[in-house]
Amino acid sequence: MNSPDVTETMDWRVRTSQVANGIRRRVFEHVLENNGGYLSQACSAAEIFATLYTRVMNLAESNAPLIPIDIPPQYAGKKVVSFRGAEYNGPISPEYDRFFLSPGHYALVLYATLVEVGRLSEEGLKKFNKDGSTVEMIGADHSPGFEVMSGSLAQALSVAGGVALARKIKKESGKVWVLLSDGEMQEGQTWEAIAALSFYKIDNLAVYVDVNGHQCDGKMNRVMEVEPLKARLESFGAIAEAVDGHDVEALARPAQYLSQGKPVFVLAYTNPCQGIPLLEARKPFLHYVRFKSQEERLSYEHYFREVFAAKTNERV
Amino acid sequence: MEIVKRPHATNLVNWAKEKPEVVVFSADLTSSCEIDDFRSAYPDRFFSMGVAEQNMVSWAAGMAKEGFVPLVHTFAVFIYRQALHQIIVSVAYPYLPVKFFGFLPGILTPGGMTHQATEDIAVLRSIPNMVILECGDATEVESVLDVVYNIEGPVYVRTLRGEVPRLFPKEEPFEFDRARILSTGKDIAIFTSGICTEEALRVTAYLRQQGIEVQHLHISTHKPFEDPAIVEAISNAKYGVVTMENHTILGGLGSNVAEKIAELGLGKKLIRLGLKDVYAHGASRPYLMKKYQLDAMTLVRSVEALMEIRLNITEEELASVHLQPIHSSAKAEAL
Repeated sequence: MNSPDVTETMDWRVRTSQVANGIRRRVFEHVLENNGGYLSQACSAAEIFATLYTRVMNLAESNAPLIPIDIPPQYAGKKVVSFRGAEYNGPISPEYDRFFLSPGHYALVLYATLVEVGRLSEEGLKKFNKDGSTVEMIGADHSPGFEVMSGSLAQALSVAGGVALARKIKKESGKVWVLLSDGEMQEGQTWEAIAALSFYKIDNLAVYVDVNGHQCDGKMNRVMEVEPLKARLESFGAIAEAVDGHDVEALARPAQYLSQGKPVFVLAYTNPCQGIPLLEARKPFLHYVRFKSQEERLSYEHYFREVFAAKTNERV
Repeated sequence: MEIVKRPHATNLVNWAKEKPEVVVFSADLTSSCEIDDFRSAYPDRFFSMGVAEQNMVSWAAGMAKEGFVPLVHTFAVFIYRQALHQIIVSVAYPYLPVKFFGFLPGILTPGGMTHQATEDIAVLRSIPNMVILECGDATEVESVLDVVYNIEGPVYVRTLRGEVPRLFPKEEPFEFDRARILSTGKDIAIFTSGICTEEALRVTAYLRQQGIEVQHLHISTHKPFEDPAIVEAISNAKYGVVTMENHTILGGLGSNVAEKIAELGLGKKLIRLGLKDVYAHGASRPYLMKKYQLDAMTLVRSVEALMEIRLNITEEELASVHLQPIHSSAKAEAL
C-alpha cells in the first residue's frame, strides 16, 4: 500500500486504478498458486471494487484484525455469529455507509480489495479457503467485508433494501451500496426487490451491477437474456446509467443521483478478460478457472511474471 | 364456550402501542391476516410488500438487522413454501428477530392444497435457530405476542383467525415450551395441538365418564420440545400414546413424540393421527376432519385399539359433549 502522504497528492483516478490492478494481481497470483479460482470476476469487477472502496463509499476505519480470526472450535453454527465480517468495513454507525456484496463467489475479489486498501493483511488473504478459516471461498457473514451471507444469489439486494428503508426511517445519513452480478438479473427475487425499492422510494441505496455478460453456462444471451437492462430498470422506476465498468471516473459519477426519490443502478459494462487477455481463449466458460494443462498454466505464469510482477515492481 | 371474532386484529394494535420497533409486513392478505386494524392505527409501521414473499422475507431481515422487530404476516403456505430459501439464508442463519405469522394451518381452509399448510412444522423444524409455536385458541392467539417478543431470534407462529374459540382462560397465557396439562391419568396419554385440542376435549370428557384415565397435553411449542411434562406423560401411559395434529404425521407433533419415545427408550405404543402422507383437497372443515381422521371418533377408536376394548358411543353422543373453558390442571392437579 502507498503511504498516505503520497496518496493525498496523487490524482484519485491513478490511485484507484492502481488498486484495481492490485486486485487483479492478487487474485491472479492466488489462482496460479491454487490452480484455480474465480479469476474472471476479478478481471471484470476490479475497477468497481476499487472505485467503491477508494472513492465512493464513506467507510470508517476498520477495527477488525488484519489477520482474520479463525472459526472458534465451540462455534456450532447456531444462534449468535460471534464475529461480523462487516467489521472490516468499519463499525456500524449512522453516518457511515454500508456495503453488501451480493454474489458471494466474488469473495476473493473482495478480500483482495481489502488488502489493497489496507483493511486486511496479505497473511490474512492466505487463509482463503483453509480449514477453520473465516476467509471462506464463498463468503459468509463472518468473512472479511461481508454484511450478509450471499452465496444464494438475489437475497442480498432485498436485505439491503430493508436496511436502507430502516436507515431512512431512522434518518441516518449513511448510504447503502450493493454490488450485484448480472446473472442475478435472472432471479425473480431481484425484480421483486427492485419493485419494492422503487415503491418505497429508496434513494439512499445504489446498486453496481457487474455486467460482464457471462455466467456459469456461458454467455448470458445464450443462457437467458436479461437485456435491455437499462430500459427494464427504468420501467421499474429506478435511475439506471450504463457506464464503462473499467473507467473509474465513469464508475464514480452516478453516486450523484442518490437522494432523488429513486433507487440508483449503475450498469457497469465490463470485460471478464480485462487485464488478462489470455482468458479470451476460454470464452464463454469463465465462471471458475481451472487450468486444463501444465502448458496452459505455464502460459499464465509467464504472463503474470511479464505483466503483473513487472507492474508491481514499478509501484514499489 | 366463548367464540372470539378476529382475535389478532385489535389485540395486535393494543399490544404494539408502546413498541415503536415493531413493524408489520403484509403480502396482499392484510384483512385475511387480521392486520387491517394495525394498518389503520400505525400506517408508518405497516409495510405492504405485494404478492412477493421472497423479497418480503429478506427485506424484513434487513429491517431486523437495524433494530426493528418485523412481524411477517401471510398464509402459512406462502411463508414456508414460497420463501423457504429466504427464511434459511436471510433470517434463520443470521439469527434475526423476524417473526412469522402463518395463517390457515392444515385443513382449515376450503382453498385446497395450495392454501393448506400441511407440512409447515415438518419443514421448519429442521432449520437451526427456528422456534415453532402454534396457537390452539383465542387466549393463545392473544398471548403468543409476548412469547414471540421475548424470544431473541426467529419465530414461526402457526396461528388461527376468524371465529376462534376460547378454550383456555385469559389469565392462563401462552407459556413458552410448556405443555398445558388438560387432564391427568395413567391409562392413555393424548397429545394434541392447534384445532385438534378442541376436538380431543370432547373425547377426554367422555373417556373420563367411562372410567378411563387420560393424561391430555395441549402442545403449543413444537420446537423446542423440552417440557419435562411430555416425557412424564409418555412414561406414565399404561396402554400407550395418541398424537393428533392438523398436519402431516411426518415431522410434526407425532414425530416429535416418537423421537422422545425412541431416544429415551420409553417403549410405548404410539398412534399418530394426522394427514397420512397425503394431500388434502378443498372442502369444509368438518368434512375434511372426518375424511382425514382428525375427528373425535377416530380418537376414540385409537384409544380402543391401544386398550383393546370396545366403547359403545355414537357420533351424535360425542358431538353433544358440552365443553367448558378448560383450566390448565398444571397448577390444580399436577403440582
